[in-house]
This record gives sequence, structure tokens and C-alpha cells, in this order.
Amino acid sequence: MKHVLSALVMNQPGVLAHISGMLASRAYNIESLAVGATENPELSRITFVVNEDEKKLDQVRKQLEKIVTVVRVQDFSGADYVERDLMLMKVSTENGRRGEIRELVDIFRGRIVDVGASHVMIEISGRESKIDAFIDRMREFGILEMVRTGRIAMMRDRTITEESGVDTSCDAATTSKS
Amino acid sequence: MATVEKATQTINGAQILIEMLVRLGTDTIYAYPGGCSMPLHQALREQRDRIRTILPRHEQGGCFAAQGIARSTGQVGVCMATSGPGATNLVTGIADAKLDSIPLIAITGQVPQAVIGSDAFQETPMVEVCRAITKHHYMITDVRDVARIVKEAFHIASTGRPGPVLIDVPKDVQLDSIPLSDVDFDPPMNLPGYRPEVRAIAPEQVRQVIAAIRRSKRPVLYVGGGCIQSEASEELTKFAVRTGIPVAMTVMGLGVFPGTHPQSLHMLGMHGTVYANYAVDQSDLLLAFGVRFDDRVTGKLEEFAKHGKIVHIDIDPSEIHKNKEAHIPIHADVREALVALNAALTEEDIPDLSEWSHQIAGWKAKFPLGYADAGDAILQQYAIDELWRQSHTMDTYITVGVGQHQMWAAQFYKFDKPRRWLSSSGLGTMGFGLPAAMGVQTAHPNAIVVDIDGDGSFQMNIQELATLHCEKLPVKILLLNNQHLGMVVQWEDRFMSGRRANTYLGPIDHPEALGEGDGSMPDETFPNFVAIAKGYGVQAKQVRSKAEYPKALAEMLASKEPYLLDVICPYQEHVLPMIPSGRTVREIIIE
Repeated sequence: MKHVLSALVMNQPGVLAHISGMLASRAYNIESLAVGATENPELSRITFVVNEDEKKLDQVRKQLEKIVTVVRVQDFSGADYVERDLMLMKVSTENGRRGEIRELVDIFRGRIVDVGASHVMIEISGRESKIDAFIDRMREFGILEMVRTGRIAMMRDRTITEESGVDTSCDAATTSKS
Repeated sequence: MATVEKATQTINGAQILIEMLVRLGTDTIYAYPGGCSMPLHQALREQRDRIRTILPRHEQGGCFAAQGIARSTGQVGVCMATSGPGATNLVTGIADAKLDSIPLIAITGQVPQAVIGSDAFQETPMVEVCRAITKHHYMITDVRDVARIVKEAFHIASTGRPGPVLIDVPKDVQLDSIPLSDVDFDPPMNLPGYRPEVRAIAPEQVRQVIAAIRRSKRPVLYVGGGCIQSEASEELTKFAVRTGIPVAMTVMGLGVFPGTHPQSLHMLGMHGTVYANYAVDQSDLLLAFGVRFDDRVTGKLEEFAKHGKIVHIDIDPSEIHKNKEAHIPIHADVREALVALNAALTEEDIPDLSEWSHQIAGWKAKFPLGYADAGDAILQQYAIDELWRQSHTMDTYITVGVGQHQMWAAQFYKFDKPRRWLSSSGLGTMGFGLPAAMGVQTAHPNAIVVDIDGDGSFQMNIQELATLHCEKLPVKILLLNNQHLGMVVQWEDRFMSGRRANTYLGPIDHPEALGEGDGSMPDETFPNFVAIAKGYGVQAKQVRSKAEYPKALAEMLASKEPYLLDVICPYQEHVLPMIPSGRTVREIIIE
């Protein structure tokens, strides 16, 4: 089962190494991990896609929270959130089917961002399932190269900030399993 | 600052760091110098009236000595080493402190920032090396951060679930000076992600636990190091005595409940008592306080305490449900939880445990801890038993190495108070005993401190005999010398048809090296520990017969100096009972 965790971390050298080392040494199954700046220059946000059952997920969350430079961890499971993946892809146009490719790019609301003699580069973003479907469509043309960011996600109706860390559902989840 | 009189004067990073140690309560530091920590040692020298610096003979010894202070006092222990090999020599001690949740600060010199990353002489990336084995780690990059980082490090090491914190200090930061007037020695901390304070146990949780106790017929307390860390001994004893619930302790928990109390089931787990393991197995309510369901306690997890409800109280939420699902999980400081439970308990809540107590008494009578009479040979169990008889009224501190002697000490020395028993329990580091004892002795100068050691473990930090002599630390070493790595020998005997594979500690041309000897002890054991001890200026004596042992032991205990008693023991003895790794209580080996 895939879950999305979002962590606010202190923007310091070594924090990512610490987190990825912890995940690796405890053998947690992490499908993707995306790091980036936030509205607060002292904090970064890491979004994880964790492929584990509920019990392991709980451990992943608690172990992340134990890291001193991790300020706040939010589990998006069951919440209303928007998630996006970004992909760049080079597709061959050697077979003279550039028109067909353009049409599919339009349908998937992607963009052609570079055109070469025998290929195009496509940018597409969206949910993972949409991107996976687009990849499937492109296979017959010949995918030359592709690169994807990890997934990023954001809650629809409330923001996660450093301050909200003290009181919310996260702590309750720790002790309410009885 | 005594050394800095005028406000216009400057102070360097090393001086700030040492000043902070003193202000945060450190009175002793174990530190081994080298190129990249010399400024720190210069600052230590300046402050020698306020902080005692002890030179161990190996950085690992210094780290375990700092642990000895921490484990026996509950205060933060501090050790220091230079960069590179000095720093990596601390690594085992740091990992050890992490697994046993010991508040420790390890300070390491680092090459100047200008050459970091260039594979400079004696450069190791200590923060990288230590990430997974510290509670937190710092590299100081600016002299203006020194005071804050030291303060944060002490706070992190000693609060919540304690643990080791590394502070890596590049030499340029040690030497960099700023005006004294610019230094805030009590700076605000910047730890938005560290919230060790736990909420008080909720009233409904107290009611749940008490209701579970009221309904139980076969409750057992399973208590560990968390109860010691939170200074819960008194409340726990009150709770246990009031409810009549028997108490089984982990290796880390020994002494938190009096070992001589009739309700004590003593230790549980792999080498725990039969009655402790039976009681836990049969329990209908397991009160797991300050424990982590370690594999050496549980054996096969699915079978462990499967008949009853589990109440799990721990300060670290990641321990709850980690190995074993708890029915009543409580994230709390165990002492505070016990205070609340003690306050809420009424007479009606106390269950009738007469039948249960009777059953346990039956097991105790049928399966007592014991050992054979080996004639004039000195069995390790007897040696420890006799030590207990002679020393338990002296408020003795016991440290151990790792292996058979450690388990026998856990079984046969009955601890009546917490923090009197120091054992590398989670990591199981051989060589822990002697340096840990050294640390205890610095924190408790007048106490009797005995390192019960094996000849394998002892040799891993034997160089600290020099520290004992030079620093006048009257540690006693009860060396249970069987010329073998006894615990591995035991596993060879039990699980590998007795095939000796590198478990004999004497010369390789001796038949015993391949297990082909006659099983007797040679006239001259190897090495000559008495000669080694004397070479280090430590009193020493060898004993071989049971008849001479009690007197020799008494002589050692009466000595005002460090003393090594080399006790020649057979290697054929096994630590029993034993639940083989990953098995259940039904497969317990008792002979």
C-alpha cells in the first residue's frame, strides 16, 4: 500500500543524508523522495512515497519524528490532497509520427519543450497514474530517455507549518491504538 | 572566567567549549589528545581546578569510562578524542550508548575547515560515520555557535529517551577567538524539531490500566532500563509491593526492584530464570514498563506473552508497537505514569493473587538458579555468589564485560538498588567492564567498584590498568579466567557439536585450540595476568582452589588500591537456563 508522508525539516547540511540513511538502515521501502525549499528559508520539505503496510508506515513516521532536525511529519493517508509528479521525456520522431505525438501530448496536457532532428522533449506533470498512462502511450514511438521527480503533495484545506506541530492528529495517532 | 580578567579580552572556541562543559555540570572528562584536539586540552589544563581531565590509554576506554559515570549517576558523561583514528576509536562506545540509551557527549577534534573533504591527515567524516549511532550529531562551523551547540547537546543527550550526542569541532573553530563580551554562555536553543516533553498519562489511561489490573489473575511486571533512566525505582517498588504483582527485570533493569525481594522474579529472557519466563508466558496481564521487547527477552515474538493483555509504557513512541502490539499503549515518562497509577490505586483494585503467587513459588522451588558442587574447582557462579555475600552490604557497584561471566553476574549478584549494575546490554561490547568501572570509581571515589570480567573481554581494554594506577582509581577486577571465549564455546557445545573454532585464548599449538585437550587447566595460564597487572603497578594475585578463594576475595575487597584477582575457572560450565535464540519458553534448556 502506498502512502504519502510529508516532512518539514531544518534546512541544514546533512539532514537528507541522515533521513535517507535511517530509511535504508531500517530497510523501509521508499518509492520516491522529493526535497525542496518552503516558504520559510530555515525549513525544507521532503515528500516521501512509502510502500509499506500501516504498521510499518507508523514506524517510518515515528522514526522520522525522532530525528532531531525533522520538525514535523504529516501522514496524508485518508486526507484530501493534491499530488504531482513532473516528468521530462525524449521520444523518437524518426518514424515520422511527430504529429501523433503532439496530439497525445495535448490530450495529456503536456508540452513539447524541445525539438531535435529526430526527437522531441516532452514535459508533463500530474498524478502518477496519468504519467504512467502517458509513458505507456509513448512506448510505441520509442522512448529515448526519461526522468521523473519524486511525488510532491499538498493538503487542500490546511497547511502544515512548524507551529501546528504541537497539537495535531499526529500525536493522537501515537497513543490511540487501543 | 578565572583566566580572563578584562572585558576586552578574547576567548577562543576551545575555551568556550570547556567553560560550557563546566557550567553544564561536568566535573570529569575522559580525553585523549592529538593534533586536532590540542587547543581543547590546553583549555582543559587552564580549567583543571574545575574539571578533572583523565587520560585513558585508549579512546574506547575513555568512552566507556564516560558511560560509567553516566550509568552510575544518571548525569551526562563526557569523553573527547582527536580527529581520525582517535574519533573512530570512540565509535564502538557511542554505538553502545545509543543501544542502551545512555546520556553521553562525545567531543572529537576535526581537521581545519579549510581542508575538510581533502582527505587530510587524520581526517574522517565523523558526522557521517556517527549518524546512525547517535541521538544527534553536530559539526561546529562557527565559533559563535559553540555555546549554543554544547547546551543543545547536553539537552538532547539527557532528556526524553537519553542517548549519545557527537560534537565534531574543527581545529580552526577551536582556535578562533571572539571578544569575551560577545559570548552568551546561556544562549537560546534552536531545536524546533526536538520536543522531548511528553504529556502526562491521561486519566482514562490510568483507569484502563487499573481496570486491567483489577480483572487480572496472573499479572507480571516486565521492567527495564527505561525505569532506571526515569528514576522510577521507588515508585515502581511501591506499586509492585502494593499490588503484589511479581517483577521480572531485563538485563538493563536489574536493581530497579530489589533483587532480594520475594516478589522479584529476577531476570527474564534468554538467560533469565525459569520462573520469570514461565510467569511471563502464563501471564494474563503483562505490564511492560520502560522496555523494548528485545529479541533476547522475547525469543520468538509471536509466542511471547501471547495469553495476556500487554500494557506498554515508554517515553519513546517509536518503541510502542515496534516489536509487539500493545493492547494499552501509553506514551509517557514511566516514573510519572507510576506516580499517577500509585495515586489512583484503591484497595478494591488490588486483585487476589494468592493462587498466582502460589504457582510462582512452586516454580521458584522447582527451578531455582543454581550450580553444581565442583569440588575444589572455582565455578564462576560460586565466585560471583561469594562476591555477593562479601560485598552486598557495602553498596557495591558491579561492571561486567560480555559473555558467560556477564550473564552469571546478572543471575547471581542480587542488586537491590538501581545504577549499581553496569552492563553493555544492547550492543554487547566486550571490553566494557574495566573502563566502565574506572568511570564509576571517578564518580564514586569511596565506593567499592568491582569489574567482574572474563579473560577475553578483559584483554580488549586491558590497557586501562595503566589509568587505574596513574589516576589512583582503586577499581577491583574479579577476573573469571577460563582461557576460552566461554559464551561462544557454550554455543559450540550446544549447537555445533563442540567444534572449537577460534575460541581458545592460549597458544594455537595447544590441543585445546581445536578442542582436543583433556579439559584441564594448564599449570601456567596465558597470558600471565598477574605479571601484566604488576607491570602496570596494579596489585594482583591468582587463585585456583575454592578453599583459598574467599580469603583472597576478602583481601581484594579490603585493598585501598586497584587490584586484580585472577580466578582460574573451568571452561566446561554453561550459562543456564537458556532459551535458544528465536525459540520459546517451552524449549528452555535447564541442564
